[in-house]
Amino acid sequence: MKDMIPVDRKMSTMQDSKISARGVQVYYGETHAIKDVSVEIADNTVTAFIGPSGCGKSTFLRCINRMNDTIDTARVMGDILIDGEDIYDPRVDPVQLRAKVGMVFQKPNPFPKSIYDNVAYGPKIHGLARNKADLDEIVEKSLRKAALWEEAKDRLDKPGTGLSGGQQQRLCIARAIATAPEVLLMDEPCSALDPIATAQVEELIDELRQSYSVVIVTHSMQQAARVSQKTAFFHLGNLVEYDDTDKIFTNPQDPRTESYISGRIG
Amino acid sequence: MSNTLILLIVLVIGVLGFFAGRARAMAAAGGDRRNLHSLPNYYGANTALNAIVPAGIALAVWLIVQPFVINNTVSGMIDQEAIAEGSSLGLIMSDVRRVAEGLDVAVAEGAMTEETAADMRTEFTDVRERLAEVGVALGSGVTSETLQAAQRYREMAWTGNWLKTLVVIAISIGGLALTWRLITRDYRARNVVEKGVLSVLILAASIAILTTVGIVFSLIFNTYEFFKLYPAADFFFGLNWSPSFSGRGQSSQLGILPLLWGTLYISLIALLVAVPIGLFSAIYLSEYASKSVRAIAKPMLEVLAGIPTIVYGLFALLTVGPLLVGVFGEGGALGVTWMSGGTAVMTAGLVMGMMLIPFVSSLSDDIINAVPQAMRDGSLGLGATHSETVRKVILPAALPGIVGAILLAASRAIGETMIVVLGAGAAARLSLNPFDAMTTVTAKIVSQLTGDSDFSSPVALVAFALGISLFVVTLGLNIFALYIVRKYREQYE
Repeated sequence: MKDMIPVDRKMSTMQDSKISARGVQVYYGETHAIKDVSVEIADNTVTAFIGPSGCGKSTFLRCINRMNDTIDTARVMGDILIDGEDIYDPRVDPVQLRAKVGMVFQKPNPFPKSIYDNVAYGPKIHGLARNKADLDEIVEKSLRKAALWEEAKDRLDKPGTGLSGGQQQRLCIARAIATAPEVLLMDEPCSALDPIATAQVEELIDELRQSYSVVIVTHSMQQAARVSQKTAFFHLGNLVEYDDTDKIFTNPQDPRTESYISGRIG
Repeated sequence: MSNTLILLIVLVIGVLGFFAGRARAMAAAGGDRRNLHSLPNYYGANTALNAIVPAGIALAVWLIVQPFVINNTVSGMIDQEAIAEGSSLGLIMSDVRRVAEGLDVAVAEGAMTEETAADMRTEFTDVRERLAEVGVALGSGVTSETLQAAQRYREMAWTGNWLKTLVVIAISIGGLALTWRLITRDYRARNVVEKGVLSVLILAASIAILTTVGIVFSLIFNTYEFFKLYPAADFFFGLNWSPSFSGRGQSSQLGILPLLWGTLYISLIALLVAVPIGLFSAIYLSEYASKSVRAIAKPMLEVLAGIPTIVYGLFALLTVGPLLVGVFGEGGALGVTWMSGGTAVMTAGLVMGMMLIPFVSSLSDDIINAVPQAMRDGSLGLGATHSETVRKVILPAALPGIVGAILLAASRAIGETMIVVLGAGAAARLSLNPFDAMTTVTAKIVSQLTGDSDFSSPVALVAFALGISLFVVTLGLNIFALYIVRKYREQYE
């Protein structure tokens, strides 16, 4: 297991937690999907959620930008605070919240529009650009951050669906960071990608850590070990263990974590 | 023997074949079905099929060929010089058939014996009178030649019928026997039945296609007849529609343009009503409505599609027309005199629009639902509101499909008849005022062909030319719509 962990991982300066969840419970109709999860997620850190399928890690991720609101039967209880502000407070507008908490999905889902319009979508609806030049700049900056600019700059007016899978996913990341979010949620962002595209996206995630708090759900333990500083292990809706990634993978405290990372449950 | 009876006998032979085939298969397997290649019923079905299908085909072919053969033989008997002035071989032959049928009836009723009918001579008997006694009226006296031809006709028909019965039943029994003999343990009855099923399906499909082809050809031939009587340029570019039923065809003016204008104008208004309402209701139903609302609202909307168009027509005539006159007519609520009668382009257009709402909404609903959930998630995840997501992501993604739905609705609007007949009036005119009465291609086809029409005058034949013009327009729209819908499907599947 050790050889998977980059040796030179330095923990960034740990600030106070960016996101703090306290006693979160989620129900889908009668199903109790998340059971009393409390977690503190730091800024400028990549936090990985791992666990077997159906353990609730994606559900928990979707609580952080209130995407569960779009599911009729979902009920969320408990508190989730971002920068000390309860995002489930009735005064919070979920639409504004989602601009602040960007999300990248499992399957690349570029809109059937041009590459430019895909990236400009968020800034346009939130009025982030004063004029066309401003918007051009945002689009370029976002594409550069997503390491797509060199490949896409000559075809900005071509449809985003015409890109390769890895490029599409980086386009979706560019689209998410164009609205200048503070937190970036990634729901298995590499599960539909080939190894080369995966490596590119992982490299990107490491760079994004400079500016955002990144939370990534992944099925690949190697990926969690490669990109994250903190890892949370979910099992059957419970948060079993949450600690530094190194510690989780080398010296897990809970026997369930030990079994999962060594491949005995999953 | 009548054809129904023959068919019945063949079917009975088929049923017998089923049991015989099944029994033989079981016997060949030594009573254990596991030894057989196919299930026992397949052997039965195979035998039944071979007993029924070839015999049925033989019967059908015989029914087509026999009248030809008899006609040709009998008309050979008639002296070319005996054909009177102003008459033709065809007319004489129809006389012959009538006399022959009359004799049949007379024999069947017992008014004369078979021998009398066969040996009767015009020199001794007044055939016309004798046939009138049994209720068969003939236009003129029967010449000896006609009578002889008729007797020959009867004779041949009698022989033909018996031969037909024998041949068909023989083929049926032969088919049964041959198949029955073939049955062994390893005979692949299942595969044969499979082929039988395939041919039934192909037959059904080809009937649908051949019907279309037949309709098109009947339109084309009649349209050709029409253009022999009336110049095509006047038809396609004429600005006047005033058929004169009484006089010679030449005095009628049969220009399609006023009708085409009426059709397009009414369809346009109908689409202006149906597209926004239908599209918005589709968006509500597929994006916003909760499951319970959707479960009630969607079927209710689709009930609209089940209302017969004549009911919409009555609604236009009795409700919408007077209502519009009350607003836009003389002494109406607006104090304008745009509308002089209840029947108008607007009346028909509004009601037709209502008819098309479920059409547009149900198709658009399916198309909007086909947009992947990932698109919605992506947009909502960026902080877009629901309506922004619909407007900027879902509608553009669904647009080609929605355009297809609208085009299909348009081709229905163009082909619609009853609402127009009742709601739009009958005056063909080129006018821009939507409160004028106008008429459409379909309504005029109806009025050209109802009543006492003479199918050799351009006034009646023009209906076919109108029909084929309409057909070409709607066909073009449909093909265009299907092309767009198909192109759209390739994107997500």
